Amino acid sequence: MYVSADLLINALAAGLLLGGFYAAVTVGVSISFGILDIVNIAHPGFIILGSYIAYIVNTHFGLDPILVGILVLPAFYALGAVIYQVYYVSFEKRGQEALRGLAFFFGILFITEVMLILVFGVDYRYVNAFYVDTSLNLGFIQLPMRMVVPCLVSLLMLILLQIFLTHTFLGRAIMAVAQDQLALQLMAANPVKIKRIAFALSIATCAIAGACLIVIQPVEPSIGREYIGRVFAICVLGGLGSLPGTLIGAMLLGIVESLTATFYGPSWAPAVGFGLLLLTLAVRPAGLLGR
Amino acid sequence: MRSSVFLAISVGTVAVLFGLVRLFGNDYYFFAGYTVLQFIVLGTAWNILGGYCGYVNFGTAAFFALGAYTSVFFHKTFQLPIPVLLVIAAAVSGLVGLGTGYLTLRLRGAFFAIATLALAVVLQTMVVNWNYVGGSRGAYMIRPNDIDILGVQLGYIEYLFLLMALLAAGAVTAARAIERSKLGYGFATIRDDELAAEASGVPTLKLKLIATTLSGALMGMAGAPFPYYIGYLEPASAFGLPYAVNSIAMPMIGGTTSWVGPLVGAILLGTLQQVATVTISSAVNLLLVGVLLVAFVIIAPNGIVGLVQPLLRRMGTKWPRPSSKSKASANASADSSRSTEST
Repeated sequence: MYVSADLLINALAAGLLLGGFYAAVTVGVSISFGILDIVNIAHPGFIILGSYIAYIVNTHFGLDPILVGILVLPAFYALGAVIYQVYYVSFEKRGQEALRGLAFFFGILFITEVMLILVFGVDYRYVNAFYVDTSLNLGFIQLPMRMVVPCLVSLLMLILLQIFLTHTFLGRAIMAVAQDQLALQLMAANPVKIKRIAFALSIATCAIAGACLIVIQPVEPSIGREYIGRVFAICVLGGLGSLPGTLIGAMLLGIVESLTATFYGPSWAPAVGFGLLLLTLAVRPAGLLGR
Repeated sequence: MRSSVFLAISVGTVAVLFGLVRLFGNDYYFFAGYTVLQFIVLGTAWNILGGYCGYVNFGTAAFFALGAYTSVFFHKTFQLPIPVLLVIAAAVSGLVGLGTGYLTLRLRGAFFAIATLALAVVLQTMVVNWNYVGGSRGAYMIRPNDIDILGVQLGYIEYLFLLMALLAAGAVTAARAIERSKLGYGFATIRDDELAAEASGVPTLKLKLIATTLSGALMGMAGAPFPYYIGYLEPASAFGLPYAVNSIAMPMIGGTTSWVGPLVGAILLGTLQQVATVTISSAVNLLLVGVLLVAFVIIAPNGIVGLVQPLLRRMGTKWPRPSSKSKASANASADSSRSTEST
């Protein structure tokens, strides 16, 4: 098969941009699943919720979708805190997170999806912003701004979170919960409170990731499902609990998906993430930068 | 009760049910009943791995669709009768279950759950890109109007209903037999404390693989007649999330620790959904399932069986039984004898 350099480089560039966005989608799961060991498979559901909120505010008030994402951060944080509290009281405290906890999150994912379908139907929704239809031309490389902006926003969010986790007291406390919960209790710290903050933070990232998603592509309620495989593939590929690993995993998946879509057709793209996930689990379950 | 007796009773129930519907009902009851029976099989299959071993499978739709598409493929290629297709579908889905289990069950439980989610999307993508079985356009399955079984003329939907009912009877009997066998006790040790089980010499990986294979095979069998039932099979419906949610919700709502749970859950939830689909809308009935699932796992972790069992026990105490007083006195005497021994 003849591969033109132009096409290849463009596909690579698109893959990198896509990867940056995937990092934003995954970072929440990296925190909840990677660090806190909470298998939040409902995460994509909250991302779609974030997309729809951006869509509503954008169409009614003309606000920039990413700005909306930032504005609703506190609401998502509160939602996350409430969900963790329910999860803790109902499952973690009783030691039933393995079976019932998973079913709980699955139920939440399903409820969000069906609610959105009931309210908005299955039509694709999109947003308007001044940068959506423009693109950046660098010689023969074309970078659509609807990819560039989400990628930059995602990277910024990732960097801020990494600084938070490694350089602030609270962030280090969160990492400590991941390492040894009992030791933390002996230091007279309340692990439940710290985990609640961390989980709420992970859900808060959905507000921004959702806004980025609807800038990149039109959204309908059930596309969240495609992201379940992607986020966990990236999370496992990069190594659980490592934010730099998440970024590398996201970039890798973005590039592989973009190349697949360019050279084999977009209908194969969804299988790539899951295939990669199954492969990683089979070959190196600890991931690239795993602990 | 021995399994053979139980199977005979189940088959008898199926026969009576079939006779009643045929005498008094119309074809709609066969269509609706088929769906409920299908969910009994799916819920029971899910429970063999989920309820007995404690491993969550989100990929029911994948195994179900695998069965359905195996049917489509072999129907198109060799024109095989449905009972043969059932066996082939069981083999294919069982093998895929075994493979997935082998790759991920050595890891933490959550990885298996995530891998089964992934499996559904990988398989769906493959089917969408596979033109022979219809691709994303879907496949038409033209079923005959009637079929002759042992000289009896049956409508095709009656035949499918009968098949699914027998499959359900078989699945429930198998689940019940497993529960009371050495295998079932092995499964229970995995559910309760896998590390301790492993340390005591229980071959946990082998048992988990057996459970995954059995569960996958049953789900595949439930899917095999589906193309004939629906008449037109397309990937989005065969791989639909409702199958995954329902097959988790039914055992969870019924109760996961025994064969009764999935049966009760499937009958209640399945019937409720049939009614809700007809009277309200199909989106609302899905919402109902999701809400019930979440409510039950939070409020009643042991399902309906867990709620009813204490009641039955309390009713049981009304009958003449060794009273608690005599038991207490027996304990006391035992204690006193022990204390006298020690002194």
